[in-house]
Amino acid sequence: MTEMASTQRPKRPEFRNINAFTDLPSYRLPLAGIVSILHRVSGAIMFVLMPFIIWMFDTSISSDISFDRFKSTFNAGMLGLPGFLWKLVALALIWAFLHHFLAGLRHLWMDSSHEAVSKNFGRQSAAFTLVVSIGLTLVLGAKLFGLY
Amino acid sequence: MSVNYGSKRIVVGAHYGTRDWLSQRITAALMVIFTALLLAQVIFSKGAIGYDQWAGIFSPQWMKVLTFAVIVAMLQHVWVGMRDIWMDYIKPVGLRLLLQVFTIIWLVACAGWGVQVLWRL
Repeated sequence: MTEMASTQRPKRPEFRNINAFTDLPSYRLPLAGIVSILHRVSGAIMFVLMPFIIWMFDTSISSDISFDRFKSTFNAGMLGLPGFLWKLVALALIWAFLHHFLAGLRHLWMDSSHEAVSKNFGRQSAAFTLVVSIGLTLVLGAKLFGLY
Repeated sequence: MSVNYGSKRIVVGAHYGTRDWLSQRITAALMVIFTALLLAQVIFSKGAIGYDQWAGIFSPQWMKVLTFAVIVAMLQHVWVGMRDIWMDYIKPVGLRLLLQVFTIIWLVACAGWGVQVLWRL
């Protein structure tokens, strides 16, 4: 027996599970990773708000009277909540749809093209997705809140 | 289909998620087409969009049929996506089953409402 094998080695760190609060914040996500997790978040937001989406479809399309109620929700408010809060919910949905739509197209592209599956394309298309989805959200949000 | 149960059941290998994966892509493609068609009609309509223009978009039978197909496609698409989320983050099987059942009820209820709105127009 050599001396190396017999002496106590320092204890190596053990990773048994990931703690969402202590480990996840220290992870450095690449742009593609950010787009990926936001794809999930945006999908989940639309799932949770689905009744509100259908409510908007219902009131906006059923009759003249309900169409006016639809408009007044975002101007005067509804259920004791002011209009701008409903506009914020609508804006959250606009962002969620734009991000999910673009990130989804990116997925379809990468599914159907081998050239698209590269580190470079992944990074560039992720940057495109983030810039366009956030940019369009800002433009449409400014319109929604009557800035132009 | 070949026998895939009892002693013949294949317990290893690929293709477990292929159908879900493929159906999610196909339903996504349908929703992209629907979005483009709806957006084109909103953008190219003349003047400000009031109730008549907006409801007019959904009044032709082909638009109703397409919207109905999109609602059904969305059911499948969201089911695959939400199931992925529950499977990835929720480990206790009882809670996961509960959330999956809730997801199905939530989606079917929303789809029923959407179809009702569509066809009483």
